[in-house]
Amino acid sequence: MLNPDLHLNSKVFDKDVEQKATREGFGEALIELGEQNSNVVVLTADLSESTRTDGFEKKFPQRFFEVGVAEQNMAAIAAGLGISGKIPFISSYACFSPGKNWETIRTTIIYNKANVKIAGHHSGIMTGPDGATHQATEDIAITRVWPGIEVFVPCDSNEAHWATLEAARISGPVYLRFTRDKSPIITTDKTPFDKNVQMYWVSKNPKVVIFACGYLLYYALLAAKNLEQKGVNVLVANISTIKPADEKTIIELAKKTGKVVTVEDHQTSGGLGGMIAEVLSSNLPTPMEFIGLRNTFAESGKPSELIKKYKMDDKAIEEAVLRHLKI
Amino acid sequence: MDIPALYDDKLRELELKANEARELVIKTLLEAGSGHSAGPLGMADVFTAFYFHILNHDPKKPEWEDRDRLILSNGHICPIRYVTMAMSGYFPIEELKTLRKIDSRLQGHPHRNALPGLETTSGPLGEGISQAIGVSLAAKLDNKNYHTFVVASDGEHQEGNTWEALMFAGKHKLNNLTLVLDRNNIQIDGFTENVMPLEPLKEKYSSFNWEVFEADGNNIREFIDVIKLAKKVFEKPSVVIAHTIPGKGVSFMEKDFHWHGKPPNEAEAKKALKELRTLQGRIISEHE
Repeated sequence: MLNPDLHLNSKVFDKDVEQKATREGFGEALIELGEQNSNVVVLTADLSESTRTDGFEKKFPQRFFEVGVAEQNMAAIAAGLGISGKIPFISSYACFSPGKNWETIRTTIIYNKANVKIAGHHSGIMTGPDGATHQATEDIAITRVWPGIEVFVPCDSNEAHWATLEAARISGPVYLRFTRDKSPIITTDKTPFDKNVQMYWVSKNPKVVIFACGYLLYYALLAAKNLEQKGVNVLVANISTIKPADEKTIIELAKKTGKVVTVEDHQTSGGLGGMIAEVLSSNLPTPMEFIGLRNTFAESGKPSELIKKYKMDDKAIEEAVLRHLKI
Repeated sequence: MDIPALYDDKLRELELKANEARELVIKTLLEAGSGHSAGPLGMADVFTAFYFHILNHDPKKPEWEDRDRLILSNGHICPIRYVTMAMSGYFPIEELKTLRKIDSRLQGHPHRNALPGLETTSGPLGEGISQAIGVSLAAKLDNKNYHTFVVASDGEHQEGNTWEALMFAGKHKLNNLTLVLDRNNIQIDGFTENVMPLEPLKEKYSSFNWEVFEADGNNIREFIDVIKLAKKVFEKPSVVIAHTIPGKGVSFMEKDFHWHGKPPNEAEAKKALKELRTLQGRIISEHE
C-alpha cells in the first residue's frame, strides 16, 4: 500500500488523477525564489517558454538573461555570475545543457565550484514526438560523474518545486532533471520531501525492492499494486536524489529483500541503475534487473507508446519483478 | 578608480620589472620541466602593467570585493600570471618553483580554488570571455564600480564560444568590461593565418558592437595609455588588440611557433637568461 506516513496522493490510482509536468513545478519555484532572494538570476538559451522560465522573466526582467542559442556561453556566463555572489539557474533542454556544453560546465562551473544550478529539460523518451535528438537519455550519467555536484530527479511537479528550492539552498553546483509532458501527481503539499530514499509503497515480507526516479515512479507504483493483487509483495522507493546517494537506506532495503529492480527513463548504464549497482556491488552484491533504455536511441511517438515499446511501463516493471523471482 | 599617471621613472621601473618577470618565467619553466614559453614571454609587459599599474587591487586581500577583476582565458600562459602575482606580493617568489608539481597551488593550468587571486579556472579555450561577462554583469546588478579585464589569445578566436560571448557583451553594452586580445599570431600548429585565418579582427569586433583599440603589447606606456582610453568607453564593451611578439626578449624564441608549448632545457635557459640580463647584448650584466 501507499506509505501512509508520507501523505501521498490518495487519488494517484484513479483514472482521472491530476497531472502536471515537472517543468511547471520548476517555473513556479523560480518565481518564489526570485521573491525570496535578490541574488537569484535566470539564464536561458532561447527556450524561456518551453523551460518555464518566462514567469520569472516577466516578474524579474533585470535578473533574467536571454543568451540566444548559445549553451556554452550560457554556462560560462553563469559561472562568472556564480563566483560573484549570484545564484544562477541555467535552463535549456538537457541534450544541449548539460549535453552540448558538458566541458564548459565541467571547467567553469564544477571545477570552479561556481554556485550554478543546471536545469535540464525534456529529459527521457517522454519528450516523445520530437524524436531521439531531443530526448536526453544520458544526462544523469554525464552529470553524476562530476565531483561535488548534487543531482535531483523529481517524480512529480510538487517534488520538482521542492528540488528547485532545495537547489538554491545548496552552496555549489546542482543538476535538476525535468520532463516535458504532464505526469500524475503522486505527492501532496503535506508530503515531507527528502534527499534520502523514501518508501512510497510498503508491504509485508517484500520479495523485491523497486528503486525508481522521475515520473516512472508512478508506473512502478502501478506495478506494485498489480503485483500485490497477484500475491507478490514488493517495496517501491523514490530516489529523488541520485547524488549524494543515500547508501545506508539502499543497502538496508537490498538486504531486506535480496532482489532489486531499478526504473528510470534513461539509459540503463550510468544513471540510477548504475548508481545503485555501484553502491551494492561494493557493499552488498545483490541481483538486479534494470528498466530503462538499453543501448539504443528511441524515436518519435507518443510517450505512452514509447514507454510501452521500450519496455519501461508498469507491465514491463511487473515482468521484471516476476522474472527476478522466476515466477 | 582611475589609472594613475605614468611618470618616466615609474615607466623605467615597470620596464625593469617586466624584464625581471621574463627571467623568472624562464627559471620557473626550467624547474617545471614542462609548460609554455612563447606566450608568457610575449605577455610579460602586459601583465607587469596590469599588476603594477593598471589594476585596483590588494595582493594581501585577494577576495576584496571592490577589486578590479583580471580574468585569464588562455590559461596556458599562466607562468607570467604566477610570476607577476608573486612579484606583486600574492605569494612568495620561492613558491614559483612548485609550478606543475605535486601538492602545489600553481597548477599547470590555473585553478581558481587552488590559489587566491586567480579569479577563474582556465585552460580549455574560449570560456574566459563568457566568465568575464558573468562577473561584469554581477557588478552591474550590484552597482559595483570595479572593472573587469579579460586576457584572451588570438588562437581561441577559432572557438565558437568566443563569438557567442562577443555577441552577448555587445547586446548588453558592457562598458565595465575590457578584453585584451594577445595578438601574437601563433598557435600550437603554426601561424594563426595558416591554421585558420582570423583577420580582419578589427572589423569583426566592430561589427559585434565592440569599441576597438590597438596597441603595441610590448610597449608598456602605449599599452597603459590605450587601456585608459578603453576604460572610458561609455556605450560598449572594449577590446584592445595587443600586438605582441611571442617569445619576446629571447632571440631564438621570438616569433617561432615551436616555442608555443615547450619549456627551455638547461642550455637554452642559460642562453635565454644571459640575453635577458644583457637586454639582448645591449648592456653588460653584472651576473657575468
